[in-house]
Amino acid sequence: MADKTPLFDAHVAAGGKMVDFAGWMMPVNYGSQIEEHTAVRSDAGMFDVSHMTIVDIDGPDAEDFLRKVIANDVTTLAEYQALYGAALNAHGGILDDLIVYRLPKGFRVVVNASTREKMLDWFDAQAMTNMRIEHKPQIMLAVQGPEAINKLLAATDLPELSIKPFFAAAHGDWLIGRTGYTGEDGVEVMLPVEQGLALWQSLLAAGVKPAGLGARDTLRLEAGLNLYGQDMSEATSPYVSNIGWTVAWEPADRGFIGRHALQDVRLAPTHKLTGIILGDKGVLRHDQSVVTDAGPGVVTSGTYSPTMQRSIGLVRVPAQAGDDCSVDIRGSLKKARLVKPPFVRKGKILAN
Amino acid sequence: MSDIPAELKYAATHEWAKLEEDGTVTVGISDHAQSALGDVVYIEAPEIGLTVGAQEEAGVVESVKAASDIYAPVGGTICAVNDALTDAPETVNQDPYGDGWFFKLTPTDAADLDDLLDAEAYAEVCADEE
Repeated sequence: MADKTPLFDAHVAAGGKMVDFAGWMMPVNYGSQIEEHTAVRSDAGMFDVSHMTIVDIDGPDAEDFLRKVIANDVTTLAEYQALYGAALNAHGGILDDLIVYRLPKGFRVVVNASTREKMLDWFDAQAMTNMRIEHKPQIMLAVQGPEAINKLLAATDLPELSIKPFFAAAHGDWLIGRTGYTGEDGVEVMLPVEQGLALWQSLLAAGVKPAGLGARDTLRLEAGLNLYGQDMSEATSPYVSNIGWTVAWEPADRGFIGRHALQDVRLAPTHKLTGIILGDKGVLRHDQSVVTDAGPGVVTSGTYSPTMQRSIGLVRVPAQAGDDCSVDIRGSLKKARLVKPPFVRKGKILAN
Repeated sequence: MSDIPAELKYAATHEWAKLEEDGTVTVGISDHAQSALGDVVYIEAPEIGLTVGAQEEAGVVESVKAASDIYAPVGGTICAVNDALTDAPETVNQDPYGDGWFFKLTPTDAADLDDLLDAEAYAEVCADEE
């Protein structure tokens, strides 16, 4: 039996078509995925992301612990600043991607829903003596789009929100991060369940459109953002997953897990994860084969882009692959071109 | 509850079939199917002149979410495809039993339509999936 977030009934009431995602009954759409996608690009939409895993880590060893388990370096984080990074295994493979916030007392880490058990076990296994790890079930709402912050202010008694991108602010029991997974401005709000249920209703009343996992996927793909388990996994390092920039090599004496294994790999990765646009009609999908001048590759994520009205995706191909390539769709080779993601940011098409 | 017109015949794979006065059979996907697929963005139609058996693949419909095969409800030869869907695939969502039709075929034996589900039996198939 799949888990339900506290907003399950609210999704059903809003017409959500509920599907099992990583053991959670989540709305895939509330009617039209494309309308939800467009609302986020042009106005404001909201996603229930309460299935994601919020972990609070504090105590004297918390910072050293995070410097060990995350390939990016939390040392330089200011209070309430957020950092995107990856947790690696000893071979340099990606255990998960995550966001970490430095809070006045300790840190908050948000890991994926699909990796919850694995990451909680991993953190426990790597834990140091003087620290505490607490899994904190809350409601987490992503409110995204050019009008997201205006509508959030209209829906609540929050004063003006002046949070810089990739920073957060606390308001009572709420933590509001100016982060997201859509390529648009917006926030992710973490708050206690009762308040979260009320916030959902207020946002609905303020005209924020509920958006499901379907729109979340097309938005993140247009924004060129990876999905764990699909575009990257334990079998891939950050250097073949387009997130090499999240590995902090300085200072040289920070012995994060995976460092040793990546020492040489980072200088000459064999593959690259990059964007692809299908020239012909059709739709790119996960696992389709790619043919390039430097050898075979694979589509890791593919979809139809509502903004560009053509099919786009992410592919893992040989590092030396040239831009012109083709994709095997049901046995016929279709012309495609490699492009650097993102495809769309802040409502504008960047790749063509 | 989805719309299941009583005058049509259905395959358990969610295609509908309608015997026209000229003896051809028009084929599309049901309201239940378009709703389950979500926004349709691409149709791969069969070639005109292609001969297919009953339950054989005769095209693909792709929504934003997934690709799904279309099967011929009865055997025959494809005699027309709905070209309008190339530029307006969303018609399948808007009007699955009308302008959203996929193709027409000349049936090998029109009596094969009798083997398909009627609206009542198809409604049970849909109910079982929900």
